[in-house]
This record gives sequence, C-alpha cells and structure tokens, in this order.
Amino acid sequence: MDTFYYLIQNTLPVAIPLLLVALGGMFSERSGVINIALEGIMLFGAFFGCLFVYFVQSTSMDAQGILLLGMLVAGTGGFLYSLLLSLAAVTMKADQTITGTALNMLVPAAILLFSKMFFNSDGITTNKNFYIKEVPALSEIPVLGKLFFQNTYITVYIGIMLLVISAIVFYKTRFGLRLRACGEHPHAADSVGINVYFMRYAGVSLSGILGGIGGFFYAVGVMNGNTNGHTGVAGFGFLALAVMIFGQWKPFKILLAALFFAFLRTVAYSIALIPFLDALNINQTYYKMLPYVATMVVLAFTSKKSRAPKAEGIAYDKGLR
Amino acid sequence: MQVIIKKAGKSKGFSAFTAALLAVLLGLVFGYIIMTIASPANSFLGFQMLLMGGFKRIGDVFYYATPILMTGLAVGFAFKMGLFNIGASGQYTMGMFFALYAGFMWKLPDSVHWLVCVLAGMSGGMLWGLIPGIFKALLNVNEVITSIMFNYIGMYLVDMLIQGNATMYISSKTRTSYLPASAQMPSLGITNSSVNISIFIAIIAALILFVVLNKTTFGYELKATGFNKYASAYAGMHGKRNIILTMVIAGAMAGLGGAFAILAPSTIAGSSMTYEPVSVIAANGFNGIAVALLGNSSPIGIIFSALFVSHIQRGGTLASLYGYKQEIIDVVIAVIIYFSAFAMLMNAMVGNLIKKLFSKNQSKEILPADPKEEA
Repeated sequence: MDTFYYLIQNTLPVAIPLLLVALGGMFSERSGVINIALEGIMLFGAFFGCLFVYFVQSTSMDAQGILLLGMLVAGTGGFLYSLLLSLAAVTMKADQTITGTALNMLVPAAILLFSKMFFNSDGITTNKNFYIKEVPALSEIPVLGKLFFQNTYITVYIGIMLLVISAIVFYKTRFGLRLRACGEHPHAADSVGINVYFMRYAGVSLSGILGGIGGFFYAVGVMNGNTNGHTGVAGFGFLALAVMIFGQWKPFKILLAALFFAFLRTVAYSIALIPFLDALNINQTYYKMLPYVATMVVLAFTSKKSRAPKAEGIAYDKGLR
Repeated sequence: MQVIIKKAGKSKGFSAFTAALLAVLLGLVFGYIIMTIASPANSFLGFQMLLMGGFKRIGDVFYYATPILMTGLAVGFAFKMGLFNIGASGQYTMGMFFALYAGFMWKLPDSVHWLVCVLAGMSGGMLWGLIPGIFKALLNVNEVITSIMFNYIGMYLVDMLIQGNATMYISSKTRTSYLPASAQMPSLGITNSSVNISIFIAIIAALILFVVLNKTTFGYELKATGFNKYASAYAGMHGKRNIILTMVIAGAMAGLGGAFAILAPSTIAGSSMTYEPVSVIAANGFNGIAVALLGNSSPIGIIFSALFVSHIQRGGTLASLYGYKQEIIDVVIAVIIYFSAFAMLMNAMVGNLIKKLFSKNQSKEILPADPKEEA
C-alpha cells in the first residue's frame, strides 16, 4: 500500500505540468492555431520562473509565496513568447508548424548562451525547497489525506484550480464559445462580427500563459527547481500535445489523459521500489521509453475518429470569405 | 529596367532565393545585436570571424555540411508532399547506430566494409521513417507527433543498445570505441580535416532526388499531393502508398546522414569518430529543418543552404576566439527559420515597394494575388 501512495504522490506533480500545457494547447488549437511551440514556451517560462527564484531565494520570503510569484513571472514569460507565434501565425499567416519549430529551437540555445555567459553553467540551479511534507489538518483524513495532502507541491492544487477555471471559461462564457467558433469555421464566425484575429491572439496567448506556468511547475515538481538548456523539459511540450489529442481537445478528458501519462512515467522512474517489476529485471530504459510508446499506441487507436478543430493549422484570410 | 525587375519579381525560384536571403540577413543582424550586447568591444571582430571564419576551414565546412545536407534532404523531400518530417533526428540516430553496428560486428573485406556500413545506416533510417509513414497513412496519426515520439524512442533505444554492447562501448570513457579503419570512409586527404567522399555521395543523392521530383510520375504525384491532397486523390493517385514511400525515402536520407557522420575518418591516425550516449536528441536532425527551409525544400537549394549553415557554424566556433559562446549560432539559425517562415510575405511586400518606386505611372495595375497553398 505504501508503494501505491508513493506512486500517486509522485504522479500528481508530474501530471500537473502535462495538464496545464495540454489545456494551453487546447485553447490554441480550438481557436485554430496549431501550437507546436509549447515545448519552447514551457522552457521559456521555466527559465524565467527559475531566474526569479534564483534572485529572491536568499531573501526571507516564504517558499510558497516565492512559488506563486514565480508562477506569475513564468506565465508572463510564456505569454510574451507566445506573442511571437501569434505574430507569425496569425498576422503574417506563416506556416504554424515551422514557426513553432523555430521557436522550440530558439529557447534551449538562448538559455545555454545566457547561462554560459552569466552563470558559467548549462542552466539555472536554485536551492529553495518547495516541497510540502504535509498539509495541516487535511493530511489527517484517512486515505485521501495520504494520497493528496502529503509529500506534495502546492502546484497540484493550483493546477486543479486552473483546470476548473479553464473549463468554465471554455464552456460557460461568451468568450469560450467565440473561441471555439474560430477554430471550427472562422469565416462563419467573422460573418457574425467576431474578430477572428483577436480571438486567435487570445487563444495563443492563453496557451502561452498556461504553457509558461506548466513549464515552471515542471521545473519545480520534476526538476527540483532547476532548468537546464540541454535536457530542457524532456519532450513534455510534445507529450502534452499527445495528451491533448488523447483528451480529444476537452478539458476533463485531458485531465484523465495527463494522469495516465504521468503515472506511466512515475512507474518508469521508480521501478526499484515496485517489488514485482523490479524482480522482472528488465533494463530501465525500456520503462523510460514507455510514455512515448504508450503515446503512439494511444494515438493509433484514437486518431481515426479524432475530433480535431476543423480550421486548425490554416491561417485565416479575410479575403477568402 | 522595369522589364527586368518585373520578370525577376515574378520568377518563383528567384523570389524564394531573395526570401531566404532576407531571412538570413535578419538572422545575422539579430546575431550581431546579441554579440554587441554580450561584449561590445569585440563585436565587430567577432562578427567578422563568424561571417568569414569558415573560409579558413574550408575542408571542415564541407565535412560538417554533409550530415545536415542529408537531414535537410530528409525534411525537404517530405515537405514537398506536405509532410513535416521533424523526426530526422531519430532517423539520423538510428542510421548512425546501424552503421556502427555493421562497423563493429561484421567482419568484411576492407574494400566493401564501409560501403556495407553506409547501406546499413540507410536501412536504419528507412526503418525509422517507415513507422511514422505507416501511422500517418493507415491510422491517420499526425506525423509531427509520431516522429517526435520516435525521436525519443530512437534515442533511448540506441543509447541502451550501445551501452549494453561490450564490443562497441567503453564504459570507462562513456563513449564508443574506435571503429576499425576498414569501416571508415575514404578521406579526401585535406590536412587537419575529416572531409571525405561522403560529401560527393550526398550531392549525388540530392541530384537523384531532384530528378525523382521533377522527372518521374512518382515525383509529380508527390508534389500534387502536397498542393492539394483531395484533388490528387480524386485524380486517382495512390496517396497512402506515396506517404509511406516518401517517409521511407526521407528516412533513408537522414539515416545516410547519420552513417556519414559516424563513419568519417578521424584526423588522428588510429582513432575514429565516436558516439557518446548521453540521452540528447541529435542536433543535426533539427539543423536539417533549418537547411531544408532555407533551401526552399528544393534538393539543389538544400545543397547550398547546407554549405551556408555549415559555413556560419564553423565561423561561430572560431568566434569563440573573441570570447563568444558557440550557442550564438544556434540562436541565429533559429531566428533565420522563424523569419524564413514568413519571408515570402515580407519579400512580396519589399517587392511591391520596389515595383511602386519604379512604376509610379502604372499605379492602377492590379497586383496578382500571391499564390498560396493551404496546408
């Protein structure tokens, strides 16, 4: 049973970055812009979040307060970086995949350049401890307390909160409806007076904010508060895209998909603690490949009846109406 | 004068060329700005070295151009069909592994050993191109996601297989051991440079792809599918078969790139190129994307863009003499790709501006809508 608790406690901080970034991808794609750049946006946000932590870690500020402020910094960073994508993909009508790839390539190189120039290292290392041993009172609840309120990060609760907010914005507001219309049939949306360019900017910007926050939460929950230009976010941006497709571009399905992938990854990295898997004596690299292989298998089964937004990937041109 | 400008402005190849030039220019200006911010005193000398340094290492320029020329072809060829082969890195890594395996494990006569290694590398790449092709053609899985996943799977798999093989891997040095001399490609004999005959094979491969694209039915179908897949399906073209075939050919190119990189002769006698399994996706695959975009996905254009990228990479390495970090080149390349994504549009704007300046009296002329492809 302790192994089970351990796995769940470790799955959640991994699932939250995937969840947030996939939600970001959802906003962007449902507005009609393919956001391959999520990997780069994540790393960009993580970098600025960690840079912020690096500068304030020696002050007497509370760790959780630093984390919250770092989250805002990371979100702002992601937002600013995503503007480069909207500029190219919406205003300049450039190829969205190529632009995204360029943005992905830029960040690791820029981080390596910056870190080597100013820190003489490959990234930023911080020493603040964001870990929560147990949440007062709530951790006393029999099973649930142990599952959700011990050995965790505050990121988990923020992530769930952001999921709920996203779902409400997406389904219960005028803005959400208009956003979705722009991804399905932008010309029809335009004909009833919706500004497609604005909505697409909004969709990409939301993905930038969520992507940046997700990147920072990855750095906090998975990398112990460090960022590195070489390993980056280990393909989490791309995994998040797979999570989004597996979740059929819907918020709560995305949550389930994110939990599934995070669980596989956690299992892969804690083989030694699971007696019956450890006894099999299989090379650990196989388990490391597992999330990626699982993505392929899942996509193979879900893509045939995929419900991708109809107009995604096509730059909106008013003149073609 | 007017006639020349108009004609030149209308030619498609020319506008692609000027678009690439514009993107390169913007990328370099950006690089210069970063260098100035980093260290203003040396920025001019450093930038000069970045631009001109490659000429001092002409052999190395050709040597480093070879793998990215191949991965560039892998990306560009698939792009002609509207497929974005971001998996060139994985195909490259697999090609390298297959070539290494043939180099270490197979005992063959000296004359054919390296040739067999090259072919083994090619088949490794083909395998890693085939799978995303099948997923795309039969299961409708987006090739971008598949090939990214296969980049990671390939990287972990190769690192594991190499680390688990005592003949290939020296664990105390965390790298592969030296390949036998018979597995290395014949050198061109330029002192202090690993340049070898693979550069010629790469150029021949580009020429073959050029012929395939422009002179065969398959190439025609491929381009037609790239322009409009519904129209080409309506015309009875074999979309699914062509997707798989395209990805296999693209994979073969990237695999050859990996083989060329690892089978190159070393400048120090008795050693060879080595591979360090450190769980990092091969950068040459992503540089191939830059090369392909800069060369407008045309095999001939890719030859020149590979040489250019290799040239500024060498220059960037030499710029470290003035205290600049090598990563500045990666930043410049990323910026070049970013701009090249909409360089055609900017190019059209600049073109229109020039046209206006030269033909004020014909201002009523309606400008032709720029040809646009819906992705």
